[in-house]
Amino acid sequence: MSAQLQPASNTEAPADIVPQSEKPLGPWRLTWNKFKRNPFAMSGLVVLFLFIVAAVAAPWLSPYDPARQDLLSANLRPFTGDHVLGTDELGRDIFSRIVYSGRISLTIGFAVAAVAVIIGSIIGAISGYFGGWADIIFMRIVDVMNSVPTLFLNILIGAIFGTNFLLMIMILSLTSWMGVARLVRGNFLQLREMQYVEAAKSIGVSSWGIIFRHLLRNASFPIIVNATLMVGGAILAESGLSYLGLGIQPPDTSWGMMLSNAQEFMLIDPMQAVYPGVCIFLVVLSVNFIGDGIRDAMDPRQKAQLSPRRLDQWRAKFSKSTK
Amino acid sequence: MARKILEVNEMSAGFLVNKEIVKATDRISFNVEEGKTLCIVGESGSGKSVTSLAIMRLIDYAGGAILEGDITFNGASLPAKDQDEMRRIRGNQIAMIFQDPMSALNPVFTVGDQIAESLRLHQNKSDKDAMKEAVELLRQVGIPSPEVRAKQYPHELSGGMCQRVVIAIALACRPQLLIADEPTTALDVTVQAQILDLLQSLQKETGMAIILITHDMGVAAEVADRIVVMYAGGIMEEGSVEEIFAKPSHPYTVGLLKSIPGFEANDGNELYTIKGTIPRINQLPTGCRFHPRCEHAMDICRNQEPGFFQLGQDHKAACWLFEEHAAESKVSPARAAIEHGEVRV
Amino acid sequence: MSKQLSNETLIEIKHIKKYFPIKKGLLSRVVGQVKAVDDISLEIKKGETFGLVGESGCGKSTLGRVILRLQSATDGEVIYNGQNIHALGSSKLRDLRQDLQIIFQDPFGSLNPRFLVSDIIGEPLKVHTNMTAAQIDARVVELMELVGLDASRRNRYPHEFSGGQRQRVGIARSIALNPKFIVADEAVSALDVSVQSQVLNLLARLQKELGLTFLFIAHGLNVVRHISDRVGVMYLGKLAEVGPTEELYNKPLHPYTAALLSSIPRPNPALKRERIILKGDVPSPANPPSGCRFHPRCPMAQDRCKAEEPLLAEALPGRQVACHFPLVEDGALERLAARTLG
Repeated sequence: MSAQLQPASNTEAPADIVPQSEKPLGPWRLTWNKFKRNPFAMSGLVVLFLFIVAAVAAPWLSPYDPARQDLLSANLRPFTGDHVLGTDELGRDIFSRIVYSGRISLTIGFAVAAVAVIIGSIIGAISGYFGGWADIIFMRIVDVMNSVPTLFLNILIGAIFGTNFLLMIMILSLTSWMGVARLVRGNFLQLREMQYVEAAKSIGVSSWGIIFRHLLRNASFPIIVNATLMVGGAILAESGLSYLGLGIQPPDTSWGMMLSNAQEFMLIDPMQAVYPGVCIFLVVLSVNFIGDGIRDAMDPRQKAQLSPRRLDQWRAKFSKSTK
Repeated sequence: MARKILEVNEMSAGFLVNKEIVKATDRISFNVEEGKTLCIVGESGSGKSVTSLAIMRLIDYAGGAILEGDITFNGASLPAKDQDEMRRIRGNQIAMIFQDPMSALNPVFTVGDQIAESLRLHQNKSDKDAMKEAVELLRQVGIPSPEVRAKQYPHELSGGMCQRVVIAIALACRPQLLIADEPTTALDVTVQAQILDLLQSLQKETGMAIILITHDMGVAAEVADRIVVMYAGGIMEEGSVEEIFAKPSHPYTVGLLKSIPGFEANDGNELYTIKGTIPRINQLPTGCRFHPRCEHAMDICRNQEPGFFQLGQDHKAACWLFEEHAAESKVSPARAAIEHGEVRV
Repeated sequence: MSKQLSNETLIEIKHIKKYFPIKKGLLSRVVGQVKAVDDISLEIKKGETFGLVGESGCGKSTLGRVILRLQSATDGEVIYNGQNIHALGSSKLRDLRQDLQIIFQDPFGSLNPRFLVSDIIGEPLKVHTNMTAAQIDARVVELMELVGLDASRRNRYPHEFSGGQRQRVGIARSIALNPKFIVADEAVSALDVSVQSQVLNLLARLQKELGLTFLFIAHGLNVVRHISDRVGVMYLGKLAEVGPTEELYNKPLHPYTAALLSSIPRPNPALKRERIILKGDVPSPANPPSGCRFHPRCPMAQDRCKAEEPLLAEALPGRQVACHFPLVEDGALERLAARTLG
């Protein structure tokens, strides 16, 4: 072949000449294979999956409108009629409220993590790849953002602009991207020295191409781990704000708001606090397990150790001259 | 004949690969005499570094183990010792130097401290005495103004200097055996020449035995008394340096020598190549491990692993070409190639 | 090498300098300069392989990158096709990247571990041509076969390939756009001998078939001798000697070249050559010695060498050397070797 290496246009080979390619076992598959074997991570995944299914299927799952008040049947015990978890002081069905709250809490958790990861990745990538002034300016912004008391800022913004769902996501994202930015920047500082970056430059790939096609892909695992952990953080932050009355406003509801409501009746009906509390606890624990699972699965350092038992078995089977 | 200081006997060392125990060295045997240098030559994946880890019993920390066979050092079996006993031997009677001198030194201690540490540890010397001897050792490995250098940190020294420091640390306790794993691979040729010279003159002074692990036939020719050629975990050929280079016999050894470019003018022909690549240790072929890459492979090579055939007084090769009746009927093609001058050395 | 060399110059390097500033302190004050490449001029002929040898830190890799403008030059010009590469705008430079390519040393680091091999080889095509995905795939198959890789493995990741195979992937990427000139930066240094010879043969074959010109940078002197038509020896950012390969290897004119050649370990224990062992290490390029940069290590240094810098000049026909006392006479090399023994 070869002598004529005119690339391009007319080299379209018939399909039967082109050798079929085998299916690759990519880094995602390899990670998944290891992840599968981690019981904590897998149970986390299952629990989170159930919560997501419940949130998506909320209208079908919940027997009542979560905002419907029925003072005649207030403060019912669990399993009274079809109120599986009973009702609250306004006669709202607690189970329905838990399911609908999950919608909002989970949405906030994932949306905040997504927005924060996008902002943080872009800023971190630019800082780390270009360095110089871009790095100095962005990292000082990170420092400033880190030194502002987040809760105070949230309260302030809430007080000025009022509170609603979208604003809530914005506020929480804007106060939580800094960790990702630091992480990605650190990663890029290392990655930009890799020789394949120089190789990409030598074939004329633009800086943005290198950042977004080459390097973000290589930084993706730590970013994903960070993002999973951030989902838990955002759910907790929302709970905190709602607890202070600065989060979601009625008739919307979230687990945090339910907690906040429940505190008034702590002595009468402590279970009202337990249900949303357990939900928050389970979801946050699950995403943490998942995050740790991904991190462990992609850690190449884990090496199988030869146990003395295996060694003895092997020797008994194969060795002729064992000590 | 000098005293054998180290005897490796039918030793296999292995690791867990995909939950299977896999041999990285396969029943290898060789020995090292006092005051002599043995070179283990092989490409990456040949098991030469695993051999050194096994002798040092560092293989236990690398997730592997000595599976079978014995290693005798000064008459005592090393695999039978526990790690506490090994710790007293390592660095004291057997010392090791590695390929990358920079990462072998701790960046936050002065080089003098690092040499003295070994002396304090193994010989219970006082700080002052240890430091004094460290300076003396630096002088011995050819570092100019050793008093000044002893107070410097590794990053203040060049790569060649660092390797001299590493050698000084290895020599601190007057080891009887020095294992050098690719000690000059990271260095420039002119510095490599200095370090090889240094090792040879230190050997003359102290009478220690050296195992030098290298991929470079040239380095082996310069410093070795004996040579062991390894491939994919097995020994292919072994003999005195004169025999190996005068009559390289195993097709792999011959191939290695023929593939070295540039000792003569390029005559426009292609360079000799050994086809294919070295197999992974968990995917060894049946029969002779070299047969898929061997241009002389016969049927027997595919099915049955060859033992060693004696080729000279101190020279043997594991290759069916040298089976006695085969040797009678025809001169082996590999040997014929050498005799016809196709191998340029 | 028996092949006929053309006289046509492909690339002309004129007084190239590359200084790296040494910064110190909070305000990044420039306190000095590392003169990695210091005023090098060189012509590379069309179709030849020019070997560049030298020890680590001599600036050979930096020179290769400056020639391709992967790094900017502090001063000087690189003329290709009548244009100074270092004066081109970014879009013209991108077009030029098609003609000028590089093969890297590290078969592991130079391939993005998260890219399929087909993406790696196809990337230059994606950047520079308007080929469809199917056309690119066909071209990738063609390239892989050209460099001796099994094309059915193209949708695998680099970690599934051996060192030699990865280097072939890197080579396939660099020839994807039919370049005219390739810098091979230690392209075979990280490979085992048996694999190294395979890759050297591949490079020689590709040169013949595709009419490539190589700048072959290496510290392995044997390899350079095998593959190069002409060789340049660098020491501390300067060219010490330039000449046709065989003449240079058989009769080095610069004492440094002589020492370098004599330190190659030879696979022949019977040949106990007189090795010229140099004293000391290569000095720091931040603070090169006065006069001739080699004089503190040179066994033949005289007062003139400390004071006056020798320029690269023709000492024998076709042989350039930067030394006040080149080893031109017969027996000069032996005298040099004798001197180092004392």
